[in-house]
Amino acid sequence: MENLDAIVVGAGPAGSAAAYSLAKNGLEVMLVERAKTPGEKNVSGGVLYGQVLHNLIPNYWEKAPLERRITTHRLSLLSNESAFTLDFSSGKRSPVPNDGYSINRYKFDQWFAEQAENAGALLAPGIRVDDLLWKKNRIIGVKAGTDEVQANVVIAADGVNSQLAAKAHMRKEHTSEQMGLGIKEVYKLPRKIIEERFNLIGNEGAAYHFIGCTKGHPGGGFLYTNQDTLSLGLVIFLPAFEVTKDTAPDLMEHYKSHAFIQRLIRDGELKEYSAHLVPEGGYSKITKLYTNGFLVTGDAAGLAFNIGYALEGMNFAIASGIAAAETVIAATKTGDFSKRSLKRYEQVLRDSFVLKDMKTFKRAHNLFNNPRLHSTYPKLVNTFAHDLFTSKAVPRQKLVQLLIRHVLGNVTIPSLIRDGLQVVRGL
Amino acid sequence: MKLEEKLGLIRYNLDKEPHIIVNTEKCEKCRTKPCIVGCPAGCFKIEENKFLFQYEDCIECGTCKIICPKRVIEWSYPRGTFGMAFRYG
Ligand SMILES: Cc1cc2nc3c(=O)[nH]c(=O)nc-3n(C[C@H](O)[C@H](O)[C@H](O)COP(=O)(O)OP(=O)(O)OC[C@H]3O[C@@H](n4cnc5c(N)ncnc54)[C@H](O)[C@@H]3O)c2cc1C
Repeated sequence: MENLDAIVVGAGPAGSAAAYSLAKNGLEVMLVERAKTPGEKNVSGGVLYGQVLHNLIPNYWEKAPLERRITTHRLSLLSNESAFTLDFSSGKRSPVPNDGYSINRYKFDQWFAEQAENAGALLAPGIRVDDLLWKKNRIIGVKAGTDEVQANVVIAADGVNSQLAAKAHMRKEHTSEQMGLGIKEVYKLPRKIIEERFNLIGNEGAAYHFIGCTKGHPGGGFLYTNQDTLSLGLVIFLPAFEVTKDTAPDLMEHYKSHAFIQRLIRDGELKEYSAHLVPEGGYSKITKLYTNGFLVTGDAAGLAFNIGYALEGMNFAIASGIAAAETVIAATKTGDFSKRSLKRYEQVLRDSFVLKDMKTFKRAHNLFNNPRLHSTYPKLVNTFAHDLFTSKAVPRQKLVQLLIRHVLGNVTIPSLIRDGLQVVRGL
Repeated sequence: MKLEEKLGLIRYNLDKEPHIIVNTEKCEKCRTKPCIVGCPAGCFKIEENKFLFQYEDCIECGTCKIICPKRVIEWSYPRGTFGMAFRYG
């Protein structure tokens, strides 16, 4: 086979976005995916914030397989028996839906890879790329079993465990501190029941997030409505497993046993249990992004954004896939695929929300790793709310006094100052 | 629902060639064994004081490799088309 313009490894959102853009611009690109069907290895919550996808495929929402448009967002702090909730619902519908859509990755990834194929990319599913081909210090292709394919550039879009980024010396070995384990269960329920239970009309959807559901370990929970299923998930930062006796499946069961969660999923039929890692290292754990003949995108590069109540990775993956493609298109014009030329990729990301957001929130990581956020504070808020909303027929304290009493009864002043600073610095 | 039943909902196309190789002799000496609690598919366990590992139920997350304090887990994804497949994701 002649030399291709590009090989993209991994048909997740990053890879399909890159392959689509390259093919649209007339480049010869191969999109390699280890799964028989793109999507069947992948897991998201998943709410897709589709602004960048709209830039790539205008009005994607008219074509892509989406579940529900998210119109209600909730954040709940859970204690053992209660839940304190912030609820935001908006009737405002901007023409470009930037409030997010819930999706099913199996369907969505298939669709996206198909778009790349229709644009002219050569989709090669069922192939695991095992290694990179080198010529001196330049990457010139990939190896899969005994097959070798060459290209001007290889784009790694092989996800959170990226072996290619490691083989190209873009990153060190992963450590537990930079990863979260996401566990997810999908429950089937009739549409009508979902709409009634979550107060939705037609295709509206709800995204609920939970803090205080992890037995005190850093992490959090989510529940998203799909058309006729619910996605219930839990993310636990890996260092928890160095100290806890609870297994990951036990922590999921514990979360699910909360009365508040039970009500939301009651009578649902479990259709799937899945798990996947989430990059949680933030700005400081982003890999090197390029070298001679090579670019790293999406989760493979650690480009995912966690701000506690929400996880955004798919839009970051798509944006980085597009940026990588733009860089390769420019490099093809000059014929220069050295790192000097591919450096442009990093600049494009620096100028966009991808690296800007990750930098702005680079200290948020410390805050979400603070165990008090996951036990003391949710409990405190719930006991305060309990006093606030019940009447015990005994003389009451002023609310501010009550709040101060609850806070000081549970957190020492130095901790409080430290945590306050973390909030100010992180958010 | 038990974990085995949950895993029963997933489709597997089992590769006879294991994609994860664990040096269980070294694991026996590991004090913390975080893989046992961290694996979402329960692939690592202790039975009758013996450390046991099986790759057949693996759902390909990669947690074990990262949390292994001894770094004795040889890990890769299963070969193309093999392993598990989700229907929702
Ligand atoms: C529980 C959970 C909830 C999440 N919720 C959200 C959410 O609500 N919103 C959001 O935006 N993000 C969410 N994310 C994050 C999001 O899923 C990721 O950031 C996103 O999938 C990254 O896209 P990607 O294309 O970089 O990688 P992936 O989607 O992981 O795609 C990588 C692809 O590469 C393939 N591959 C890997 N290795 C090879 C190889 N050697 N050869 C060939 N193919 C290979 C894989 O099979 C896969 O198809 C969530 C993640 C999890 C785990």
